[in-house]
Amino acid sequence: MNHLPQAWGRPRDDVYGAYDSSYLQNGGPTQHTQRPIVTGTSVVALKFKDGVVIAADNLASYGSLARFTDVKRLRKFAETSVVGFGGDVSDMQYLDRLLNSLDIQEAYGSSGHTLNAQNLHTYLSKVLYKRRSDFNPLWNQLLVAGLDGESKPFLAAADLLGTTFSSPSLATGYGAHLAQPLLRNVAPDEEAASKLSLEQALEAVKESMKVLFYRDARSMDKYSIAVITKDGIDLKENEQLEKQSWAFADQIRGYGTQVN
Amino acid sequence: MFRNNYDNDSVTFSPQGRIFQVEYASEAVKQGSVVVGIVSKTHAVLVALKRNAEELSSYQKKIIAIDEHLGLSLAGLASDARVLSNFMKQQSLSSRLTYGRAIPLSRLVNSIGDRAQTNTQHYGKRPYGVGLLVAGVDETGPHLFEFQPSGMTQEMVACAIGARSQMARTYLERNLEKFVDCGREELVVHGLKALKESLAQDKELTVENCSVGVVGIRGEGMKAIEGFKLFDGQNVKQWVDMVAEGTEEAAEEESMEVDS
Repeated sequence: MNHLPQAWGRPRDDVYGAYDSSYLQNGGPTQHTQRPIVTGTSVVALKFKDGVVIAADNLASYGSLARFTDVKRLRKFAETSVVGFGGDVSDMQYLDRLLNSLDIQEAYGSSGHTLNAQNLHTYLSKVLYKRRSDFNPLWNQLLVAGLDGESKPFLAAADLLGTTFSSPSLATGYGAHLAQPLLRNVAPDEEAASKLSLEQALEAVKESMKVLFYRDARSMDKYSIAVITKDGIDLKENEQLEKQSWAFADQIRGYGTQVN
Repeated sequence: MFRNNYDNDSVTFSPQGRIFQVEYASEAVKQGSVVVGIVSKTHAVLVALKRNAEELSSYQKKIIAIDEHLGLSLAGLASDARVLSNFMKQQSLSSRLTYGRAIPLSRLVNSIGDRAQTNTQHYGKRPYGVGLLVAGVDETGPHLFEFQPSGMTQEMVACAIGARSQMARTYLERNLEKFVDCGREELVVHGLKALKESLAQDKELTVENCSVGVVGIRGEGMKAIEGFKLFDGQNVKQWVDMVAEGTEEAAEEESMEVDS
């Protein structure tokens, strides 16, 4: 006879064998994200007169290891907006599923109503802020590109803290240091951006991607690029960086594999 | 009033396939004073006849503004309308907060339709005893919706509910083709004329017993809207006077036609 109260009412071990507690939740504390694991690097984007150009490479790194080389980090939403994801890839996949279900929900009911890029950005920033307030952030930096309620080009950023920011050109991660100044040369303000042609914008973004590949050790020469205009989204997911020139490299001490 | 044994709750069908509690709820709508709604290409208006319980009391509140872009008018139990309108206010606000978007009308009306329907299918609940006309604008232009206690909702070009509303509906049916191209002022006048049709013999439209709600679009998109505005008391004088004059003329015309 077992006199311990916690055994009362339970099957007796000596008759039925030890209770298989693997069916119960194995305790331990609830775990929250402490740091990103598999990560994507920069996303860059630039407004031009008819829309927005956005680009990100196809690499997902595991620490400094180039682990997955075919990860699409630009995601379409409702054929009207594109979200570019930097930061944790699993959180990106979660957000992607969230956005897909939101898209279905929106398209299901009333016809003629869609969420534009501005609505999408507001929504995403609320999701991110909610998660950071739960001390369980979605470890991403996002760029949302598309058109706003008045069909004008829209570009804004949101990050893991729920901070939002908007500018004619934006870049996340390493790109914020290396690409942003280059894009600002082309479009210092909204007015300048509204005069840019598609060709100029494409060139500036591709040039930024190239510089990032030269100098960002977590980047890759295969990338995705999307152009969002009134006519829809032109998304190419398997572009190769062209006209690379590594002539500058051997002049720089400590660059690449050389150590001394 | 004691029709049979099948009217004690809203979950039991009568052998004829009717749910009497729901039909009684529709009767409650017919006890309320009449409200009229009309929509054109650019505007949606609500016009309501207010009653005062006694000489010394104030008049009812028949039109409620929900959000910048929509409002409703009610016929039936005012307290049920308050529950529904508070819910609609919450839904509108949450759409603005999470998406930065004015909620599409059809979605909002569907959501109260669903709420009302569940009340007709659960034991111990009762249907709402109120009918609503919901008028507003969204990305797809101006809209007018009718809501019934059964949970039925439908979009209307023009509609009248409440006591003696059949007369108003007859007026609306006669003038149906004119509404589409009406401006704001014309639409209000049509609404008041419809309201006047349904008045009892010894009653007249006065600034005390009329309420008018107007909402419309100024141009393309949601940025240029004329927000929902409620007119009461001296503010409806302009239109009430027009209708009072209008009927005299109309009466003269009619008598002239008869003569010739």
